[in-house]
Amino acid sequence: MSTIIDLLKSLLSLSLGDFIRRTFGTSPGIELLIDIGGVVILSTFCLLIVIFLIWLERKLIARMQDRIGPNRVGGRYGALQTVADVVKLLSKEIIHPSGADWISYNAAPILTVIAALLVWAVMPFAPGVIGVDLNIGVFYVMAISSASVMVLLLAGWGSNNKYALLGAFRAVAQMVSYEVPMILALLVPVILARTMSTDGIIAAQSIPFLLFAPVSALIFYISSLAETGRTPFDLLEAESEIVAGFHIEYGGMKFGMFFLAEFVNTLFWSGMFATLYLGGYRFFGLENWVSADGYPYGRMIGLIVFFIKTFSVYFVYVWIRGTLPRVRVDQILNYNWKFLVPLSLVLIFFVALIDKLIPAGTGPAARMSIHLALNLLLAFLTLEVLRRRGRQFRESLSGGDGPGGREALFPDDDHGHGSDAHEAPAHDDHGDMPLGSREPIAVPIH
Amino acid sequence: MLADWQYIAIFVALSPIFPLAPVVLNRLLGPHRPNPVKQQTYECGIETVGDTWIQFKIQYYIYALVFVVFDIEAVFLFPIAAAYGQLDLFAIAATVLFIFLLADGLIYAWSRGVLEWV
Repeated sequence: MSTIIDLLKSLLSLSLGDFIRRTFGTSPGIELLIDIGGVVILSTFCLLIVIFLIWLERKLIARMQDRIGPNRVGGRYGALQTVADVVKLLSKEIIHPSGADWISYNAAPILTVIAALLVWAVMPFAPGVIGVDLNIGVFYVMAISSASVMVLLLAGWGSNNKYALLGAFRAVAQMVSYEVPMILALLVPVILARTMSTDGIIAAQSIPFLLFAPVSALIFYISSLAETGRTPFDLLEAESEIVAGFHIEYGGMKFGMFFLAEFVNTLFWSGMFATLYLGGYRFFGLENWVSADGYPYGRMIGLIVFFIKTFSVYFVYVWIRGTLPRVRVDQILNYNWKFLVPLSLVLIFFVALIDKLIPAGTGPAARMSIHLALNLLLAFLTLEVLRRRGRQFRESLSGGDGPGGREALFPDDDHGHGSDAHEAPAHDDHGDMPLGSREPIAVPIH
Repeated sequence: MLADWQYIAIFVALSPIFPLAPVVLNRLLGPHRPNPVKQQTYECGIETVGDTWIQFKIQYYIYALVFVVFDIEAVFLFPIAAAYGQLDLFAIAATVLFIFLLADGLIYAWSRGVLEWV
């Protein structure tokens, strides 16, 4: 009887591992079982919460677009709509496109979910509730998440479909590009916390890092939008241009796996943003509360706080999806290489220098103020540069040839504006090279 | 230290089960009556012409090259960031110089027109 009460209290305080160790003793076999149990619980949670996430996103988007959204299956809020969709996907016929590369076509949906699940191993849900607190946590996340790029190429290449291949190329170019500002933005919390462990970064945030480095947080957020391929950057599956991108030939549950991985990834990056910049599960020390009989009930508070923060970030993802239109592929890449990467390089340049110049004994509030002032100065300068560029651009537009001004609107089509003008000879050097002269592939659209 | 990676190893070993289960269930529950027309690749409603796996746009390759430079740099910068507290000002100055050289590479690529989408 006392064991059952112990079990219930352990469940409520999220310390089931401690309960197993108390009851069955500690041995390598028991530790192995605890680890296996942790993996199964974590993965099942990630897969099942997607059912809720899809419903939530459909409802939120519907409300933003002045619609009702799902409202038939499972009561007036359509709560079981996604369950019905899953059942439908399960009963679909699996069609194997002719000429597809069997291995890469079938491996891609499996691998994409594996990559989406593995990153959760270092996500700190509450104090002590973490798959494993790796000392290279942030680096591990970057390593695993970049594997998903290869999976997309596998899917697009293996499908034997030109749209899928185009989508995969776009996906690789976009994801690979946006990984650079993301890595550079991630360096800022690592420098501020002096550790790569995700739990350690939370421990260092007596003041959330959002207040230390808002510019870094913004860069990270924008890059994570691109990494998950969500709306302003959902070019890889632009349904109006390349039908559905890399997963056009997939149906049934294989398509479902791509869909699932996308939602799991989005929730993961929301959680990562909450962990790195919003203080994760921290809630004024309440998360470390341990009751008199030794059960860490504070973990439950930490878990709730973590999910409130995560879903707030997730809501902004959905909000952006409901607000912004899709951007062109050259705009996506220009925005990354000519704006985000230089900005994050300058940011990391100054953060690395300033944080060393601050005397060691400085309190967190004073340190925060210095970093915040630096970030705001940088943001102001960036906006000033953008404003000047914008003015130049508008002047070139009004000084151009009549009402059309097409080359001003589409500067990349031919000779453009501002700094692009002196780059034109560089293009001509490559005139006889296949750089820009060849059509990408024999596809009627591009 | 190594015990930390036990969890990752178990995770890697078990994780294929979670996506495989629904796909296999789909295979068991769904019908399976293939025919050549059904298996054609989708392309605007007309039959596909030519080979899919041919030359691709070289531009992607150049972006990938620039990316590799910056990705390798991350391998250098992350240990420096993690050990930041133990480094003196000289080491940080050297790191900052390293970042400056990287930025220089980006500016060079930019001025050569590599970053233009053509």
